[in-house]
Amino acid sequence: MAPDGSSVTNELDGAVDVWSVREQKKSAKAGGTSHKPSSLYAKRVQVYPRKVSGQYRRLKWSALVALLGLYYVLPWIRWDRGSNAPDQAVLVDLNNERGYFFFIEIWPQEVYYLTGILVMAAIGLFLATSLAGRIWCGYACPQTVWTDLFMWIERQIEGDRSARIRLDRKPFSAGKAMRKATKHLCWLLIAFVTGGAWIMYFVDAPTVVGAFFVGKASAETYFFVGLFAFTTYLLAGWAREQVCTYMCPWPRFQAAMLDEDSLVVTYNKFRGEPRGPHRKGQQWGETSHCIDCKQCVAVCPTGIDIRDGIQLECIGCGLCVDACNEVMKKVGLPPNLIAFDTERRMAQRAQKEPQTYRLIRPRTVLYSFLLLGVSTLMIASLATRDTEGINILHDRTLFVRLSNGAIQNSYDVKILNKQRRERQFVLNTEGIPGAEIIVVGQSISPVPTVVLSAPADGLGEYRLHVRVPAKAITAGDMPIHFAMTDDVARKIVRATTFRAPQRR
Amino acid sequence: MPSNTEKDAYSGQATTGHEWDGIKELDTPLPRWWLWVLYATIAWSFVYFVLYPAIPGLTSYSKGVLGYSSRVEVGNKIAAARAEQGRFRDGIRQSPLAEIRTDDQLLRFALAGGKAAFADNCAPCHGVGGVGNPGGYPSLADDAWIWGGSLEDIERTILYGVRNDHEDSRSSQMPIFGRGEDAVLTPDQIADVAEFVLSMSKRSKNAEAMKRGAPLYKENCASCHGPTGKGDSEQGAPRLNDAIWIHGGSREAIIAQITRPKNGTMPAWSGRLDTETIKMLTVYVHALGGGQ
Repeated sequence: MAPDGSSVTNELDGAVDVWSVREQKKSAKAGGTSHKPSSLYAKRVQVYPRKVSGQYRRLKWSALVALLGLYYVLPWIRWDRGSNAPDQAVLVDLNNERGYFFFIEIWPQEVYYLTGILVMAAIGLFLATSLAGRIWCGYACPQTVWTDLFMWIERQIEGDRSARIRLDRKPFSAGKAMRKATKHLCWLLIAFVTGGAWIMYFVDAPTVVGAFFVGKASAETYFFVGLFAFTTYLLAGWAREQVCTYMCPWPRFQAAMLDEDSLVVTYNKFRGEPRGPHRKGQQWGETSHCIDCKQCVAVCPTGIDIRDGIQLECIGCGLCVDACNEVMKKVGLPPNLIAFDTERRMAQRAQKEPQTYRLIRPRTVLYSFLLLGVSTLMIASLATRDTEGINILHDRTLFVRLSNGAIQNSYDVKILNKQRRERQFVLNTEGIPGAEIIVVGQSISPVPTVVLSAPADGLGEYRLHVRVPAKAITAGDMPIHFAMTDDVARKIVRATTFRAPQRR
Repeated sequence: MPSNTEKDAYSGQATTGHEWDGIKELDTPLPRWWLWVLYATIAWSFVYFVLYPAIPGLTSYSKGVLGYSSRVEVGNKIAAARAEQGRFRDGIRQSPLAEIRTDDQLLRFALAGGKAAFADNCAPCHGVGGVGNPGGYPSLADDAWIWGGSLEDIERTILYGVRNDHEDSRSSQMPIFGRGEDAVLTPDQIADVAEFVLSMSKRSKNAEAMKRGAPLYKENCASCHGPTGKGDSEQGAPRLNDAIWIHGGSREAIIAQITRPKNGTMPAWSGRLDTETIKMLTVYVHALGGGQ
């Protein structure tokens, strides 16, 4: 073994050999008798990622702290909305059918704002991927963030990569059981806090925390805290990279977002190959910089060898870049043998051409414009949305003939008042002369104009009878308009139909 | 089992032996934990068998150690809903009808409760939405009321019904004018009266007959239906000078009704429905379109 390469390996990692998941699967197959059909089921190859430090690791820690901080702190931020409204800044109040986000309040029928946010998130994801590969997967995905946290805890309790491998190979002992139990306990604790924080986005945070520990929270609360605690524990503790490779659809089609100018985690093949140990005193050339120390494999959270090229399992976290740069520094070579780089630059470097990077490409321009367009649409619609509305539903009974020959239609009317004060609305009909209105619960004699009120941040529901004199009936279906005017003379007109007998 | 399975040179994985347009499929094994998930679901099914009713027998079934029953659950939910409705039902019971009609909360509760009770008890005759049915089942959505359209009148009609055995039932009925040994009117006279009745809604085409019918009407009909045909809800005598006819408004239908009247009936609901339900029905019917 070459002194340079192996000494680095030993120093960083002890004496445990490093194999990628793919190599281990392959060798498992080769070990079996070749004429026997392979098993229907494959045992999971355990990944033991080594601790690493460097700029991408620091970036990953920052993202983790920022995102977890946001997740756990957000429900505790208060926002005064006056009396009779929750004072939690971010709240999805399912019981009262309202969604709150700081100064924004949405009603169930405005759920398209949520759709808009999802569309923006999707386009944002496309844009980020076309620019810098799977940075979502590597830095921001909840699966990555919680797995990272769980791995950190694992490392604190069971030690780094080789210590963990040795521990797992050891026979059962009290010490081993103790370490494992502590680890799982810590995991479960975090999982519980995760599930607990999730429920706070749906019920008032201080109230639910108070109620939870004295057994006064609702059954749904306990169920969902349990469910999310369990899934967190399972996915971040046990499933880990299998979520990305088996469950998540994103890795399967993310390649469609990439082109030769996207920054992706890549191994500079022309510079690294032919790989192999480096002899002491031997001169470094232009190539053969990879000493095959396999530190890129040892730190990989999904257990791949990045030198095999871009692959489905790679989540683009860049930890192998950090690992390789550590080694390059030690052996006195320039960094970035593995780097966030583009296919085009790599090819140009290999050809000794000047390296170019194109930020403005059809796809980045398209995604940017789409993102800008959808955001503008969302903001414009949010800024100009009405604080009142009216829904009119014709009764199932088509029409009723009255004793004086007049025709009566009935309507169910709902007035939406999105302001935080009770409001009065003046309602009348347009389009049919002589039409008069009776509001159930108000006067029993018909009048041309009625006044309806709607409670603060609520619905005013009314049943209306509209009477049209016989002489005004001209057709079986006559268009009629309901005009609603609020106290600042804003007018909303809704068109509907007044039905009458075809033959009179 | 396809025979030409082979090892893929690149991955070392066996293929399934199938080939489509030169594309072969790797026979990649499932993850082992996938199998565990299957076992877990099977284990769960046994837990379920023990906890919940599951295994049918010849005369009964295994009850499960939790003693769960969906019927009991429904019963509990209904009881809980009743308890929840308690204060509204109290309000309905204690408030006068006019107050229920103008109180926003009680009105809403009464309309919802009345709608359900109406669909169960009244709609078979009076139709969905109270639009009435041919054959003498009057519409309740218009403004013509045989026995009165005020809240009190409607409540009384629902409570005691029409022409039934109940002692407080509305009972007056239209006599037979044209049948039997001692027929009051001859067929010709009846035709003349019918012509006069048609004239009340400005539909008479025979002035002669109408004139002949006028005195006959005054003598035989006006005491109940009124001299101008405006009807009398105290006696259940429908208005005749409007556009609404329970038993038909054509000349033939009017002649038939005078000759041998159909007298509609309605059961009394006071013994069958509780006070609150009848009050809710009253408010609901009043709100259908023509309450007075």
